[in-house]
Amino acid sequence: MNALARTFEAAGLSTVTVNMMPVWGQRLGAPRTLGVEFPFGHPCGLPGDAALQTRVVRAALDLLATAEGPPPVVADFPEPWPGDFDEWKRAWHPPQPSPIIRWMREQAEQRARQQREGT
Amino acid sequence: MAVDSYKWLPPSLKAYFANMPFEAPASMPWTPLAKPLSESRIALVTTAGLNVRGVEPPFDYEREQREPQWGDPSYRTLPRDLRQDQVQTGHLHINNADIERDFNVAIPISRMLELEAAGVVGSVAQTNYSFMGFQPNTQEWSATYAPEVARRMTAEGVDAVLLTPV
Repeated sequence: MNALARTFEAAGLSTVTVNMMPVWGQRLGAPRTLGVEFPFGHPCGLPGDAALQTRVVRAALDLLATAEGPPPVVADFPEPWPGDFDEWKRAWHPPQPSPIIRWMREQAEQRARQQREGT
Repeated sequence: MAVDSYKWLPPSLKAYFANMPFEAPASMPWTPLAKPLSESRIALVTTAGLNVRGVEPPFDYEREQREPQWGDPSYRTLPRDLRQDQVQTGHLHINNADIERDFNVAIPISRMLELEAAGVVGSVAQTNYSFMGFQPNTQEWSATYAPEVARRMTAEGVDAVLLTPV
């Protein structure tokens, strides 16, 4: 996503990114990043919570309008996630493990098997 | 930066991301907003892998299942009058249930239309965009698809972009 923001910005568009991993916006040079400490899949908050969604959007627009640089500019959305941490650290995952997670598990199992077999 | 970028990750993935090598960019693009927000046209971009059912095809999630280290680098368009019942999800790396209830958690078009009506922003672009965010390699984004979207935005008079990766 940082590559998209950088390409748009270089093409003459002003960008702001609401990012759940703001450290990567900073490292990879997204021009303006609003960090939100929200679970993946939910950059703007909870479904049906228009008030929270609007506060996130307005914070991002404020950053877009007022950031003076130099880039990368990173700001924090100050509100914590309104849901329960233990519930949501599980709830954001896909119902079936993603292909890359499945692949990483298979690799780990293969390494373990090879170690047991002494190969 | 007070936000913990790894708060929701299990320890194995936290270590994976924290130790991921990266190359600091050589240049930092910077385009200050040229007009007040109240006169600016804004396009929205998500990486939730959405498409409008029956209008554009879904992302290639079948190939993603077969090739775990590949992510479809193309994009889809979402109109400003997007309806919830048109939204097709499929991103394999997140739980899509809440986006299927309310797409505004991933692309806040309804909220932006309210801010347009209130005069906070000039206008919401006619065309908004979805990419699919699992991209082990962003080369095709940078070389092909993002420049193409930038040209389409510029042709629609867009001044600024609100990106909401998932």
